[in-house]
Amino acid sequence: MTEHITAVAGLDSDSAEWPHVLAGTGPRREEALARLHGLLLRIARGEVARRGPRLRLTGPELDDLAYQAAADALVAITGKLGQFRGESRFTTWAYKFVMFEVSAKIGRHFWRHPSVRLDAEDWERLPDRFGFDPAREAEWRDLLAALHRAVDQELTARQRRVFVALVLNAVPLDTLVIELGTNRNAIYKTLFDARRKLRAALAANGYIGDDGGRRS
Amino acid sequence: MNGWSALDRFLRTDPRDVGCAQAMEMLHIYAELAAAGAQVEERYPGVATHLRACGPCGEDFEGLLAAVRDEKP
Repeated sequence: MTEHITAVAGLDSDSAEWPHVLAGTGPRREEALARLHGLLLRIARGEVARRGPRLRLTGPELDDLAYQAAADALVAITGKLGQFRGESRFTTWAYKFVMFEVSAKIGRHFWRHPSVRLDAEDWERLPDRFGFDPAREAEWRDLLAALHRAVDQELTARQRRVFVALVLNAVPLDTLVIELGTNRNAIYKTLFDARRKLRAALAANGYIGDDGGRRS
Repeated sequence: MNGWSALDRFLRTDPRDVGCAQAMEMLHIYAELAAAGAQVEERYPGVATHLRACGPCGEDFEGLLAAVRDEKP
């Protein structure tokens, strides 16, 4: 499905000036690059601080990550200046690349982390992944056994690998992107198709209703 | 949220979902409109659906929204 952009903000003078100066040469461009880098670094620091509590990263690691993200975002922005169409403020467009770079850097960090298991399969963890209460196992045991069968029987090898990594092993999606040498959209689409197949299989066997509700 | 509803939410797919590529392409526009109080979920339902379903894109959106709000004069 494609959605078209209908809202185009009036371009403010700063947003018109940024791409013009950055595409130029000489001291004005150098000054603009330094100023933009300062803005990107401030945003990157704020973003890693926002995400920090959920990451097992310490202060110096977070600051290093922010520096790398700001530097790589600056490279991305200067390489894509022609793609800025004035549909938002220039800084909003630029900060988007900071978010992408922070996500990518965090994904790479966990890719290097020895505790991240991409292909190991421990199906005993499945109930916990969805928050099923162990004390009420009798109520969900058959459902999760059916889900396991559907994963084995309905999914392609790639869909199965993505399901195991993301769901069973809780590997961050941006980490799996690096491991498989692909992009976020491709992984999401693979899991999207897998989810649809799994729902259809569970519904066909009476474990869930077609509307997603629980069959009692 | 119990296990049944979490599993149901995970398995539920919405055909309006635009996917990561388009959501990432439009993220700056969507975030700026959201920060301005526009009805972005009505204007871009496919992007809104995606941002709810995709953890990484949702995280990028939350971060960008926070940055834009911080910049607001």
